Amino acid sequence: MSFDVTAIRKEFPILERKIDGKPLIYLDNAATTQKPQCVIDAIVDYYTQCNANVHRGAHQLADEATRRFENARDIIAQFLNAKARHEVIWTSGTTESINIVAHGLTKLLKAGDEVVVTAMEHHANLVTWQQACLQAGASLHIAPISDLGELDLDAFDALLNENTKMVAFPHVSNALGSVNPIKRLTQKAKEVGAWVLVDGAQGAAHGDIDVQDIGCDFYAFSAHKIYGPMGVGILWGREEVLADWPVWQTGGEMISRVSYSESSWNVLPYRLEAGTPNVGDAIAMGAAIKWYSELDQAAVQAHEKALMMSATEQAMAFDGLRIIGNAHHKVGAISFVMDSGHPADIGFLLDRQGIAIRTGDHCAQPLMDRFQVPGTARASFAVYNTLEEVDALFEALRKVKTMLA
Amino acid sequence: MSLPSTTEIIEDLEFFDDWEDRYKYIIDLGKSLPAMDDELKTELRLVKGCQSSVWIEPGEAGDRMTFIVDSDAIIVRGLLALVMAAYDNKTAADINAFDIDAYFSELDLERHLSPTRGNGLKSIVARIQAMAKAAL
Repeated sequence: MSFDVTAIRKEFPILERKIDGKPLIYLDNAATTQKPQCVIDAIVDYYTQCNANVHRGAHQLADEATRRFENARDIIAQFLNAKARHEVIWTSGTTESINIVAHGLTKLLKAGDEVVVTAMEHHANLVTWQQACLQAGASLHIAPISDLGELDLDAFDALLNENTKMVAFPHVSNALGSVNPIKRLTQKAKEVGAWVLVDGAQGAAHGDIDVQDIGCDFYAFSAHKIYGPMGVGILWGREEVLADWPVWQTGGEMISRVSYSESSWNVLPYRLEAGTPNVGDAIAMGAAIKWYSELDQAAVQAHEKALMMSATEQAMAFDGLRIIGNAHHKVGAISFVMDSGHPADIGFLLDRQGIAIRTGDHCAQPLMDRFQVPGTARASFAVYNTLEEVDALFEALRKVKTMLA
Repeated sequence: MSLPSTTEIIEDLEFFDDWEDRYKYIIDLGKSLPAMDDELKTELRLVKGCQSSVWIEPGEAGDRMTFIVDSDAIIVRGLLALVMAAYDNKTAADINAFDIDAYFSELDLERHLSPTRGNGLKSIVARIQAMAKAAL
């Protein structure tokens, strides 16, 4: 297989758009990626051909909807190399996935227990654990990072002990692009018997994931950051852990037997999927993962690496620009600040030139404090971005600098 | 320096036909807006947007309401200058009577004032309007 970025771009109708007459250059992929036509078709096709509630109808549409829905689960299980399909739980996205685990953890923690996260979390993988600890009387510990934006491995190890019950960290930092050594971190956390959750919000679209090889207990990610629709995501959990994890929401599909005095819960995966699931988007997520998995992964990674290298080289050569986060291993995103203006100014003036980036604190305020910046400008890349677009970004940044001078 | 009036600003902005000139004008306005002393930039005066921060300190001069405003982003400072042209050193009745929505739509800058931009401007406008109402 080869890799043809021009052909891939043609699959994304939105990339034809103009912004104030200028071609859209979309470099906000860490916020959400655009969707290929096959994903859009999957949504339209579901609602035009087989919309029905799953698992319960005694009619053909319900059968078809259920089959497509469960087939999508199989696609995700295969993508993650899960041991079993029922380890894959549909959620509304990464945040809900983490909340399900944190909610259960609240019931399992006791005073004196400890939870470890890192200094590079976005709020979804920080506030969830912080609140769980507050409720249970447990303590939250933050593994520090270096000035390069890399996790301090010695300090991380030093935080682990027999009281550590949960360790959570991002696969990839959303604000810095740093890639964590997730397998190594998992091994260390497992040595003290802690559960491990990997926040894959930014990791899922940038490399092979093999949950069995990682050795973690939970892996959470969203469809919309990997070419799928918004409002749907995945909590993968190891069967032994998930089978007894305290249920979070009750009602609908998650129930096995109900009387007025008590209820018993359904088996996995349904026990953690309360209410009617987001069937259409789950099916479209299956289509997105299938589409993505069928790309030549080595070529995709080489292409994205070339984009990152070009962006990094041009950023380093840019007078008055400072990269925030210089980890040796980065994917997907480059964060920076400029002497001539606030990140919001950079964002405004790039937008006027048809270039979409993210500016602000990236829902990671403590991390911004760590680097003593009010926020950053972040350009983030996907499979359909081109080296010409990277060049255009820096051409536009030169104009920004002139205008703010 | 004193800021131009709302009428002058509308006329000035109409004169430019390309976006760069319009933005340079707003950036220059931002630069000419007097800065707030750093010690005044406390949590109490902060209107936090998710992309940039805005501070406001109300005062009075006779029967007129005055405001010191600032932002960490220069373009937001420029937009604040547009707001100050309308509101600073005016009576509560003037502030109440001024149609800020019509003003902004004449400036053709609505995109930057939309709440999703998170620039704190809408909140500043709302806060000034509330203070003026309370002072009537």
